[in-house]
Amino acid sequence: MNKLNFLQPDKNNLNTYLYTGVILVALSIFIVFLNSFFNKDIIYFLPGSISFFLPLILGFIGLHLIRIDYSGLKFLDSINKNINTNNFNAFLSLLIVFVIIKSLPPLLSWFILDANIAGDSKDVCTGSGACWTYIKIWFNRFMYGMYPNAEQWRINLSFIALAFLGTIGFFATEKFKKYLTLYYVAVYPVIAFFFIFFFISGGPIFFDFSYGIIAAVISIIIGFFIPSKFKMYYFIIVPITLYILLKYVFFYEELIELGKLEALEWVETGAWGGLSLTFIVSFFCLIFCFPIGLFLSLGRRSDFPIIKYFSIGMIEFWRGVPLITVLFMSSVMFPMFLPEDMFIDKLVRVIIAISLFEAAYVAEVIRGGLQALPRGQYDAAKSLGMGYWKMHILVILPQALKLVIPGIANTFLALVKDTPLIFVVGLLEIVGMLNLAKTNPEWLGFAMEGYVFASVLFFIICYAMSKYSYNLEQKYKTER
Amino acid sequence: MSDKIIQITEMNKWFGDFQVLKNINLEVEKNKKIVVCGPSGSGKSTLIRCINRLEEHQQGSIVVDGNELTEDTKDIEKIRAEVGMVFQQFNLFPHLSILDNCTLAPIWVKKMPKKEAEDLALQHLEKVQISDQANKYPGQLSGGQQQRCAIARALCMEPKIMLFDEPTSALDPEMIKEVLDAMVNLAKAGMTMIVVTHEMGFAKEVADEVIFMDEGMIVERAETKEFFANPKSDRTKLFLSQIL
Repeated sequence: MNKLNFLQPDKNNLNTYLYTGVILVALSIFIVFLNSFFNKDIIYFLPGSISFFLPLILGFIGLHLIRIDYSGLKFLDSINKNINTNNFNAFLSLLIVFVIIKSLPPLLSWFILDANIAGDSKDVCTGSGACWTYIKIWFNRFMYGMYPNAEQWRINLSFIALAFLGTIGFFATEKFKKYLTLYYVAVYPVIAFFFIFFFISGGPIFFDFSYGIIAAVISIIIGFFIPSKFKMYYFIIVPITLYILLKYVFFYEELIELGKLEALEWVETGAWGGLSLTFIVSFFCLIFCFPIGLFLSLGRRSDFPIIKYFSIGMIEFWRGVPLITVLFMSSVMFPMFLPEDMFIDKLVRVIIAISLFEAAYVAEVIRGGLQALPRGQYDAAKSLGMGYWKMHILVILPQALKLVIPGIANTFLALVKDTPLIFVVGLLEIVGMLNLAKTNPEWLGFAMEGYVFASVLFFIICYAMSKYSYNLEQKYKTER
Repeated sequence: MSDKIIQITEMNKWFGDFQVLKNINLEVEKNKKIVVCGPSGSGKSTLIRCINRLEEHQQGSIVVDGNELTEDTKDIEKIRAEVGMVFQQFNLFPHLSILDNCTLAPIWVKKMPKKEAEDLALQHLEKVQISDQANKYPGQLSGGQQQRCAIARALCMEPKIMLFDEPTSALDPEMIKEVLDAMVNLAKAGMTMIVVTHEMGFAKEVADEVIFMDEGMIVERAETKEFFANPKSDRTKLFLSQIL
């Protein structure tokens, strides 16, 4: 038997080192485990500071002993390679393991073991844990805000329909694949509008809008059959003419009846709220802020001074003011500039305000991508006879946007998490509803549960978005 | 005669205060092959970039195929579509396959049907011998293959003039030959070419005329044999002695 040297463990006495080390590490974890889960301090007889640090010291020595290069044991080698490469890493690994063990019992007890979910009043919440009863009772409000209970199927149906129509791209056959972009850019938002403002609202908010939608849909359908030479004029003249005809000549009376949709009760936007409002606001802001940001970023690089300075002004203005003041202005100041009889719904104003605000950020993110492209790409596109729009749509933007997917995802996530700020204009999405619920005299003292609940929901939404953006990145990855 | 496809008269160009091109006069007849050489910084690249107005000139006139290039850029895209250009850095579109690189401009600029454009592209890719790489992306190809693809891409627009801006300068030595071969074949097919290059072997083989530029001026212009046999100016002699 070779001489044991505990300062430099080697392969010769592998088993001795291994057993001693494993026992020491196991012992240290066991001490912390007992302390944390059963509140028993088995080393109480040692002086204070030593008893506090003993597990760390034992584990540290143990990990040192099992740090043997090329031991031949697969498991040991992988541990050494991943968490035990040197003294400092061993120390960090131990610390992390201890923190996890230490923090598990209180978390478990708060979330599950001592929590209450049964019953339907505050009185059942006697334990020291969370009161999920609170969430259960208020769940409906957190999802739908003040929307009347009897009408909530309209929101559910709209969301299910929109989710289905949104994922239709995955099921499309090869034949229809080439129309997908058109569908998502032009048709889907219109359908979404239709659902939100006619089905969920059910009222005359967007009364005039119905003519607009019908005119747009009809002109897009006919537009497919128009020779490309005339398309430019067609899309300017026909929708406007149709709109005027529809509004003032043909269907005036009929559409008023249609617009009322008397079968559905009108729910004003002030009553919308909860998670569904979060979705509605985020969805429309995402749809609008991207194209606006795209045009601002192109405008900022334009050769025309008016467009250029207008874009710079827009970007710097919206980036320079806090969102909360923008929302406040949109609600309080903006209506003062409108004619007396003109009324724009509060929710619409909020969506416009957030869209413009986030568009400025999107614009700067996209500009970063545009600047990352070598000048040669512009030269090559120009030398092939492409004009400004062809060059950008076919060559520049596909590459630039691909580069900025992470940045755009970043902005979009920030946007979703900015939506709670709409409480300043009196719209209560999920966090707003939480704040309302926590001040209810019947249910005082459960703010914690509410915020944890909202955090989990936001995390799920944001994590899904971030995963999706990562998938997009992978999908469009090509070698440079 | 109207077979002067490019006419540059009294052209001057500045970058800020610095004058890059001084009093350039140049006429190129149809089907001629012209090689432009000279030390770096002499304005060769700028000159040919002016011909399809990737750079704007400040004085004088440039007439390409009967159209004068001026501030009024209404039909500049049409002129550019008739002037193919190959760059030192290839400048292929990395997000498109080789075939799509070649068909993009014919389909969207010349409104050619997709099938027709693909046939044409394959035909030109065949000429530069990379039709077997058609479905790969530029990043997967070697430098020489990329540059040949760039030549095919320019040819797909069926240009009347081809401009080459140091097409072999960014290539490894063993890849230069395959690109030059493609260019020689193109020259033999009768294309009007203006080539900025340091490859004097190529110049001797295909060029009708050689232009020597220095400090923004055309120092000497001569028939190829004449240019190499007895250059007139001392500057040209010095340059040739260094490069050959």
